[in-house]
Formats: sequence, C-alpha cells, structure tokens
Amino acid sequence: MSTIDYVVLIGTMLGIALYGYWKTRGPRDLSSYLRGRGGIGWGTIGLSVMATQASAITFLSTPGQAYESGMAFVQNYFGMPLALIIICAVFLPIYRRLNVYTAYEYLGHRFDPKTRLLGASLFLLQRGLAAGITIYAPAIILSTVLGWRLDLTILVTGLLVIAYTVSGGSEAVSVTQKLQMFVIFAGMVTAFVVLVAKMPAGIGLVEATTVAGGFGKLEAIDFSLNPNTRYTVWSGILGGVFLSLSYFGTDQSQVQRYLTGASLRESRLGLMFNAVFKIPMQFFILLLGALVFVFYQFERPPVFFNQTLWNTHAQAESGATLRSLESSYAALHEHKEASIHAWLEARRGADPAAEAAAKAALLEAHAASETVRSEAKAALVAADPRAKIKDSDFVFITFVLTQLPHGVIGLLIAVIFAAALSSVASELNALGSTTTIDLYRHVIQRDGSDTHYVKASKLFTMLWGGIAISFALFANMVENLIEAVNIIGSIFYGVVLGLFIVAFFIKRIGGTAVFLAAVAAQTLVIALFFTSNIGYLWFNLIGCGACVGFSLILQPLLPGSGNRRAAA
Amino acid sequence: MTKLPTPPPTPPENEDPDVPGLRTWSGVYRFVLGSFVAYVLLLALFTYWFAR
Repeated sequence: MSTIDYVVLIGTMLGIALYGYWKTRGPRDLSSYLRGRGGIGWGTIGLSVMATQASAITFLSTPGQAYESGMAFVQNYFGMPLALIIICAVFLPIYRRLNVYTAYEYLGHRFDPKTRLLGASLFLLQRGLAAGITIYAPAIILSTVLGWRLDLTILVTGLLVIAYTVSGGSEAVSVTQKLQMFVIFAGMVTAFVVLVAKMPAGIGLVEATTVAGGFGKLEAIDFSLNPNTRYTVWSGILGGVFLSLSYFGTDQSQVQRYLTGASLRESRLGLMFNAVFKIPMQFFILLLGALVFVFYQFERPPVFFNQTLWNTHAQAESGATLRSLESSYAALHEHKEASIHAWLEARRGADPAAEAAAKAALLEAHAASETVRSEAKAALVAADPRAKIKDSDFVFITFVLTQLPHGVIGLLIAVIFAAALSSVASELNALGSTTTIDLYRHVIQRDGSDTHYVKASKLFTMLWGGIAISFALFANMVENLIEAVNIIGSIFYGVVLGLFIVAFFIKRIGGTAVFLAAVAAQTLVIALFFTSNIGYLWFNLIGCGACVGFSLILQPLLPGSGNRRAAA
Repeated sequence: MTKLPTPPPTPPENEDPDVPGLRTWSGVYRFVLGSFVAYVLLLALFTYWFAR
C-alpha cells in the first residue's frame, strides 16, 4: 500500500467516525440513546440492517467462494424475503405497540420476567463471543497480507468503533452505517469496473461471463432434491426462512436497527428494502468473484493465495517440493490459457463438434491445474501441519493488492474496515442495550433516573467492547475458533427462536411452560452435542422444535393452565 | 354551519405504506414476493444460458 492508499483509508474511516460523533452529539435521554431521536427514515434503516448483516468476512470470503465453487451460495439468501415479510406483518407491530427497547422485553410482556432473562442471557452469551470474532477475522487476514501487527489492527479497529458507538448510541451506529454502505457500494462497483477493464484484449464482459460459465462458475440455481447438495433452492428457502427469522426477528443487533425508525412505516420499509435488494447485492458480489476467477485464467494466479504462508515455507531450504509444484502450476497455466482461447475461437465457428472437443480439452487442462493446486496444499500441510489450507478468503484481497491502482486499493481496504466496523457497532450497541434494559434495569437497579441508565448503557457498551477486543487478541490461542463460535451459536439460537415462535404464534402457552420447555430443550441440545455426531447446524432446528414441542406438552400439565390468558 | 367531526387519527399499524403504486401493506408484501419469484426465474435463466 502506498501513501495515497493510507490517506484514502484513514481519511474514510476517521471521516465516517467523526461524522457519526458530530451528527449525534449532545445530551440524550435513554430512549434517544437506545432508539435514536425518532427521525430515522426507511433508507437509513434499510442500509443499517444491510450493514449489520454484511461483515468484513462477507467481502473477503464471498468473492473467494465464487472463485472456488461458483455462485450457488446466492440461494442461501432465498428465505430472507419471506422471513422479513413475516417479521413486518407479525413481529414488528407488536414490538412497536409495546414500545420495547429490546426483543427480550417482549418476552417479559408476553410471558414473565424469568423467560425474558433467559432469552436475554442466551443472546448475550452467543453475541458476546461473536463480536470478538467479527473484529478478529478480518484483522487476521489484513495483518497477514499487509504485514501489519495483528494486535494493533485489532486494537485500532476496536477502539474506533467503541468511541463512536458509546458517544452517539444507536443513532450514531445508524448514521455511520449509512455512510459505510455508500463506501462499500462505491468500492465494490469500482473493483468491478477495474476488473472488467483489466481483462486481456478481446475479452469483454460478454466473453468473460462466457468463460466463467464454461467453467461452471455461473451455476446460481439448483432445483435438485439431493440432500447432499449443499446449496439448493429448497434448502435456501426452508433453511433461509428459519435462520432469517431467528436473526432478523430475535437477535437484538438487528431488532435494534429497525426499532430506531421514526414510525412503523419507516421500520417496515427499511426491512422491505433488504427483502428486495439483498439477493441482487449477493449476486453482484458473487459475480465479482466469478470474474476474478476469469481474470486469473489470463493472468497467472499464485498456486496458493495466502502468499505470506506459502513463501515462508517455499523459501526455506526444505521448500524444494513447494517450489517444484509452483513451477508445474505456472507451466500448466500457460497451457490452460491457450486452451481457453482455442475454445472461444471454436465457439465463434459453426462446428459444434469442434467446440465440444475444445471445451473438453479446456476442462482437462483445468483439472490438471487443480490437481497440482491440491498437491501444493497437501505439501504445505506436510511442511507445516498447523497450516490452514483454505485460501479462498485470500483470493479477493490478493486481487485487490496486486491488480488495482493505488488509491483504489485504499478504498477497497476501507470497504473491508467499514464492513467490520458496521457489524461490530451493531453488536456492541445491542449488547450494551440488552445488558442495561434486561439485566441491570430489570434486576439490579429498578428506580434509576434516565441519565443514570444512559451512563450505565455507555459503560456496558464499553465493557462489551473491551471483552470483544480481549477475545480477539487471544483468539489465535484457540483452534478452529470461528467454527467453535458457530457451534455455540447453533446450540443456543434454536431455543431462542423457539421462545419467540411460542410467544408470537401459540397464545395459549404461558411463561412457566415455555420457560421449563426452553430449559429442557437447551439441556437436550447440549446433551446431543456431547453424545452424538449430529452436524451442528441441525441444533438450530432441534432446539427450536424441542422448545415448541415441550411447551405444547407441558402447558396442559401445569396447574391453572385453563385460566391462562395470553398477554399479547 | 355544522362543523364536521374530526376523523380519529390513523393507528400506526394501519398507516399506509405511501409507496407509489402500492397503497396497502399487503400490496407491498405481494410486490416483494413477486420480486423474489422474478429473481429466481432470472437466476434460473442465467444458469441455463451460461451452462449451454
């Protein structure tokens, strides 16, 4: 990175943070601190919800995913529009009518204090861990490729986000997220334009997409019913509705974003904005990744995209095997490039047989090249058993750093930081609010003044920020940490969704039944985790189903169930 | 002259979406569902076109 890149990066990040601070300065009561001053429109809410969901890993990993395995991942978002409609029609009017600060307050209205505490505690546990990962994951990649100190990258990112989140509260999070999304859109569109412009002579957007299609990278839809296929239309709709209902309807980091709306209309339209634009946005990011793949068919890619790790071992005395594989990969690349040109030439002719033969030769050359890449990864693990061979997270950042002009590099690094800050800000804001409203005000200090609770909320946000930074600083001490956090999330997320499904849709069930059911369901999930080999994503479904099922069984068995009336 | 009674304020839940062409919330939801179906069809066409 050059001086101009640092100027663009630091100027963008500090500029947004200072704007957020300036725009939301001044004294605040609890309502305006946690929900904004009531003037936030649907556009800001829509971008804020989008920014919260899109973390830095979205922009680092998603293009790499398309590079590796095509665009089928877009189907993962198919359940989102349906879930957002359910939230707009059912969840949102109730949250607003009850004038709640947090989603878990609703559980208190609908059931009782103990169920509210249970929901809030499960959220704090899983989201508290996730906030550390949201800071750590981009920091480890950026520090690796840019040679920055990991601890400083984590500290600077963490302290910057804490500063404006604590000072301006929820409104500061929303206004900065709006600007961060503009930076993200500008950066991604610029990367797309430069990418297409850098394709070799004779390869425009049409030819590039043709090549991507020839390699199977543009297969976005799969209607098959095969349960072993990872992404299909059906798994996307069914799984997506379930996950999106949990995330957008019950996770305070999202609920708090749309509760800042000036009215129910603004909140609803903000969510509908996401229902309409999220799929095209993911499509665009994946298409960018597929085109990066095409670019690297004409420009020799590294055999392994985490070049820092590769060079460490390849340049060592014992790295002869790695160097030899690198040479083989380079030779095969030239052969493959010639095969692509031959196939494109054959397509222009009118001979289907010649075209089919040219494509078969191309795919054969690609398979040979991929075999060497696999051998290179195996050799790397042989040299360093702790080496992580998944290098798709490094594909897009490698393209950015080696192919984009100076200034644009700074803008794209700003995109990654903006995405990281926007997600962390929502998480810290939600953690601070939930701790203040559902634990501190509800259990410890019931009769404090507004000013007291604003101070408490600021302190809790700082505390959670400190925990997130500490967790990120020591994250590399834990093996497979990201997966560990996903597992913990899956263990608790299903039960939380179960609580809300009972609350919204099964009016005859009361607080004691659902509380006992949630505790039993959580115990069941934890027991299954330790005693079975079930894939952890299934725990979401098991936890939710068990919570709802146990509630239905327990309610008639409890005394006084015949007189119970639903509160909401 | 008899004064006309003031209509009661619209409850927030019945507030119109006030989106051009979409007068009710059910209209908005139908539009979102229609967009989703259109995306799936376009993506299917996209997949078919480039898989040839």
